[in-house]
Amino acid sequence: MKVLVAVKRVVDYNVKVRPKADGSGADLANVKMSLNPFCEIAVEEAVRLKEKGIATEIVVVSLGEKSSQEQIRTALALGADRGILVETSEELQSLAVAKLLKAIVDKEQPQLVILGKQAIDSDNNQTGQMLAALAGLPQGTFASEVVVDGDKVSVTREVDGGAQTVGLTLPAIVTTDLRLNEPRYASLPNIMKAKKKPMEVITPEELGVSVASNVKTLSVAPPAERSAGIIVESVDQLVDKLKNEAKVI
Amino acid sequence: MSILLVAEHDNAVIKSVTLNTVAAASAIGGDIDILVAGSNCGGAAEAAAKIAGISKVLVADNVAYEHQLAENMSLLVAELGKGYSHILVAATTTGKNFAPRVAALLDVEQISEIISVESADTFTRPIYAGNCIATVQSGDAIKVITVRGTAFDPVAADGGSAAVEAVASAHDAGNSTFVSEELAKSDRPELTSAEIVVSGGRGMQNGENFEMLYTLADKLGAGVGASRAAVDAGFVPNDMQVGQTGKIVAPDLYIAVGISGAIQHLAGMKDSKVIVAINKDEDAPIFQVADYGLVADLFNAVPELNGAV
Repeated sequence: MKVLVAVKRVVDYNVKVRPKADGSGADLANVKMSLNPFCEIAVEEAVRLKEKGIATEIVVVSLGEKSSQEQIRTALALGADRGILVETSEELQSLAVAKLLKAIVDKEQPQLVILGKQAIDSDNNQTGQMLAALAGLPQGTFASEVVVDGDKVSVTREVDGGAQTVGLTLPAIVTTDLRLNEPRYASLPNIMKAKKKPMEVITPEELGVSVASNVKTLSVAPPAERSAGIIVESVDQLVDKLKNEAKVI
Repeated sequence: MSILLVAEHDNAVIKSVTLNTVAAASAIGGDIDILVAGSNCGGAAEAAAKIAGISKVLVADNVAYEHQLAENMSLLVAELGKGYSHILVAATTTGKNFAPRVAALLDVEQISEIISVESADTFTRPIYAGNCIATVQSGDAIKVITVRGTAFDPVAADGGSAAVEAVASAHDAGNSTFVSEELAKSDRPELTSAEIVVSGGRGMQNGENFEMLYTLADKLGAGVGASRAAVDAGFVPNDMQVGQTGKIVAPDLYIAVGISGAIQHLAGMKDSKVIVAINKDEDAPIFQVADYGLVADLFNAVPELNGAV
């Protein structure tokens, strides 16, 4: 079966992002960009399905500026077969991304679509669910285990109280949580091979999707700073402070 | 303005995060109707009717909603939500699962995890692991919003007497089924609503060593959390994870033990009222947000603390 994986180019998870001085957005000048960690897990899961002989082809799609080709190449080096970039310089909101992915799903007809549960820049946690709704497909979000069995997939989900398992009819949408797998590193030969794998570039206009949004960001500010605390010398002093100064125990 | 708020419940009782979500709805203003969708959920509906400030309780009692599968819930909420200006849902794993589907079905954006209400169409929400706070304005006719519970003080669970109305709509999308669930059994308070949280990190070295944190937690009546590093290392299950991609907590007291304080962890706990850090590395970033820091080997400090509280 064909598996579609959606990936996002985001600021590297080690970067401490700060707002721009004029509050118009986050300051991303000269910061390291990477494949969103949850998307990396999504790629890994697809590659494992291929290694098990369940997936026959892995198509990786990203949306955004031309630079997102880098992240598609990373996914190709990890084992995806071909890439699609929906190229646009517009800042895309989740609904527009979901609509674009729906158009790709219509075109590619995958049996399984795997996405990260959230991108670590906008922290929205929406796109997979929105895509599922637009495509009228079932979803297994925040997955910690994915088992494909014939025309069904069983997904174990990380929920607040523990774990929940749902059974879905394929085609279906899965979003990944942290414990689903541990992504591999791309080997140098695979990085070289990835450069030769096919990559299609299309635009939202060609897909017939409007990317306009009714939500706008008015400003971006730093969070409230915590004032620096004190270092206590001993456990006794700590307990005393908590009891008599902070009065929390 | 009118708000449809979807209750978080287990069919028998309303979960406390619903009260925080009602507080966010009250800040927006207008009539607040609350939807209890479940199966044999009369108990939860009755409790919802008592919540302060509710106009009406809508009860969709059908086997299709028993486990609140996103496929079925979203069809119901999108149908009922058409008559409202706002749809509010708690940003729990249940809410995050179905709310974006509702937004997509209504062809609107979702505003995720708001932490304040500036006006009926303007909200703030954390982005980049809480390193930036965005003020966003929605021009959508129906605003679908998930609410970070810890950012709003809960309204009273009683004092109200809202009318209860049955909703007949039964949506079964037919493409998903509930198979099973394994819920962690614990007598300790739930992390997101606990007044005190004790968390362990990679410095705990293994799962067995968490026993001393459980001892401390039980002495303090606290919930127990963990950093992603401790979860990744397999010390404890993921439902204990506090951070950007885990649970967001804001207790009166947060005790971080053997946690270095990566930005992803800070995103989940830095709104706690008082933060204590115990770490042997005096340069650990956790000390920059701690009100009280103790530079010590946790294997000495925690047993000593257990003896002292």
